[in-house]
Amino acid sequence: MALRFEVLARFNRARAARMTLPHFVCETPLFMPVGTQGTIKGLTTSQLEEIGCQIILGNTYHLALRPTSELIDELGGLHKFMNWSRALLTDSGGFQMVSLLHLADITENGVTFQSPVDGNPMLLTPEESIQIQNRIGADIIMALDDVVKTTTTGPRIEEAMYRTIRWIDRCIAAHQRPGEQNLFAIVQGGLDPVLRDICVKALTERNLPGYAIGGLAGGEDKDSFWRVVAQCTAALPEDKPRYVMGVGYPLDIVVCSALGADMYDCVYPTRTARFGTALVPEGVLKLKHKAMAEDIRPIDPTCACMVCRTYSRAYIHALVTKDAMGSQLLSYHNLYYMLQLSRDLHNSIIQGRFPEYVLVYSFLPPSPKRLFSLSFMLLC
Amino acid sequence: MTLAFPVAMKFAVKTWSNGKARAGQLQLGSCPSPMETPALLLSTRKGLPLFISPDLLPDLPYPDSALLHVSPLHFVETMSPNIISKLGGLNQMLGLHRHAFAAFPRDSVQCLPEFDSSNKLGASFDTPSGRRLIKPVDYMELICSLKPSLWATLADEVPGWVSDHRNKASVDRTVKWLDDCISQSPASGAVFGAIVGGSDKEQRKRCALEVSKRNISGYWIGGFGFGESMDDRPALLNEVTDHLPGERPRLISGLGLPEEVLQGVAAGIDLFDSSYIYHLTLGGFALTFPLDLLNLAEEFPEKTMGIDQSKINLKATVYRKDTGPIVEGCVCYTCRNHTRAYINHLLNVHEMLAQILLEIHNTHHYLGFFQAIRSAIKEDKFERFCDMFLQKRRDHLTAAVAVGA
Repeated sequence: MALRFEVLARFNRARAARMTLPHFVCETPLFMPVGTQGTIKGLTTSQLEEIGCQIILGNTYHLALRPTSELIDELGGLHKFMNWSRALLTDSGGFQMVSLLHLADITENGVTFQSPVDGNPMLLTPEESIQIQNRIGADIIMALDDVVKTTTTGPRIEEAMYRTIRWIDRCIAAHQRPGEQNLFAIVQGGLDPVLRDICVKALTERNLPGYAIGGLAGGEDKDSFWRVVAQCTAALPEDKPRYVMGVGYPLDIVVCSALGADMYDCVYPTRTARFGTALVPEGVLKLKHKAMAEDIRPIDPTCACMVCRTYSRAYIHALVTKDAMGSQLLSYHNLYYMLQLSRDLHNSIIQGRFPEYVLVYSFLPPSPKRLFSLSFMLLC
Repeated sequence: MTLAFPVAMKFAVKTWSNGKARAGQLQLGSCPSPMETPALLLSTRKGLPLFISPDLLPDLPYPDSALLHVSPLHFVETMSPNIISKLGGLNQMLGLHRHAFAAFPRDSVQCLPEFDSSNKLGASFDTPSGRRLIKPVDYMELICSLKPSLWATLADEVPGWVSDHRNKASVDRTVKWLDDCISQSPASGAVFGAIVGGSDKEQRKRCALEVSKRNISGYWIGGFGFGESMDDRPALLNEVTDHLPGERPRLISGLGLPEEVLQGVAAGIDLFDSSYIYHLTLGGFALTFPLDLLNLAEEFPEKTMGIDQSKINLKATVYRKDTGPIVEGCVCYTCRNHTRAYINHLLNVHEMLAQILLEIHNTHHYLGFFQAIRSAIKEDKFERFCDMFLQKRRDHLTAAVAVGA
């Protein structure tokens, strides 16, 4: 195991921890920007360090296509290839295939798909996924799981859950660098608490360095989402990190942290920046909107990032969708916002003022309904 | 006519060469240190580089990188002069307090003059918001709100192949608009009078003489870079510079390539606005030509046979596994931190970081070229520098021919 996880402070189920990885000592709760193809869109590694990024997520599917895991390995691993000295996490590649590829299908052997290069049938097995990730060299690697949409019903969910358990054993067996890379398992089971419970217990038995809660963030209603997270965090080992995949919106991160999760990833901040949308405490700010043309205030007056300290909404409005610099600056702000959120969560727990921090968050617009759910959860 | 007081700018020629090339010093209001000339203006969109984000600007050589070109046309219909004023003008609005802005409409990428649609009321341009007719009064409203350190008066630019009649009219209009602009001049910002005249030596001379009569800080030379022949250009450039006061700075648009810059320097031009870096960057090219030309030992042509020594295309598969920097020994951010292999990958997957890294390196390298030019002038070796540079550029072509390719 190449990971040490030390809980430094708690409030109810929320925890602030120090997670020591081969390349970096991280503070959780933390948000991981998604650097799909070995880069965060429009930002340099020095800027990412400056805004406090701790871990970047790389997509195995994309990297295996270009420039290929063999080339990355030959050039010394992804850290060296992109010149990122802090931590990296790679996903298994399975989810991307299923969501991106035509005719992708899951069998007991693995994920079958059509090669995007020449249309030939191909197969991604748990073994192959782990080998690719071994070559890429990230600090944390994800097991290949059988992921189904939460909106799916019927026996497929149960099938996927049991297959995920069978596949974790194949992943463990295939993993050739456990001393340098941490293999995380992913809990599946849809929205069914019985299935989730079986999965958590089985994966916990394998004694892995960390666990992810998968299969969420796909269109299920919020109450179901939080219930599953709450159940999993209650059952997973206390002394290991919990990673909620694909989350997400700032409020969701706050809630999941209150429930005892530690790690998050989402394309949302950078993707929404490219559409001219900024993350602000009140929700979002659409810089393309006509009203922004006359607004001389910064995007977020409470934000300390380079963009908010320097530029007005009016100027960013003039840039967005017309000049590359517009989406660069918005990506910078949005990522800073998410990383500041991570720091605030960590620090507020350490300093014993987590409930106050959460309450401020939940009083902001847009939804009083969430405030109710939130308070209910905090009381638990 | 209001006199334009050049309080924002001081220029002095420090070294006169045997020819007309000169090395000078330019002090601009908003810059703490003076710049040396001949110098390159960095291209911007609405005041910021195309790809280099503002927090990476300080990594470029300074004060070499202090002067930024901005076209007021970028703001047409995207930001009102009213708002620009409220935000305090360019330096304030962009938080760039160590840089100086040079404002003139022509941007060789996005805002080219449309001479067919210009008339006596104003100059027509293609802008990001479409074709627009810009009148002196509208132009000056933008200039006053932007508050650049230096700005050029509005010109009626025409290419060299228009009729004599049209060409003459362009000179008349440009001089008239110069007076219109000066009369509405803001209190600060150095005025550069626009000089046109197409490919007609007489008109070029006439325009230069007329404009020099005005009490202004410098001269912006337009009408070049429209496909005129490189062989004809030196004579036309000289026709302009021969009739301008020697101690005032000359700024030119449209001479982008290194060879063209050398032509301009040889004719006595001090400041250059170029789209070369832009085109290189978008094409995936990185500059690699040697800068220390005067001290370069003569290399055997066989060694470099067939290789374009001036730049590399990082999209080429030969760089897939190349773990070296773009240029060994280059101290730019890109070469200090990244490899050719990584940039090759970024280009293949169409990631914006490729353009950011390339613009940084290319800007750094091209600024190095200008520094080499200045050193050559100061050592009175400029002509030799030009010869060596041009020879190196042609070496790979002649080598290929010699082998009987």
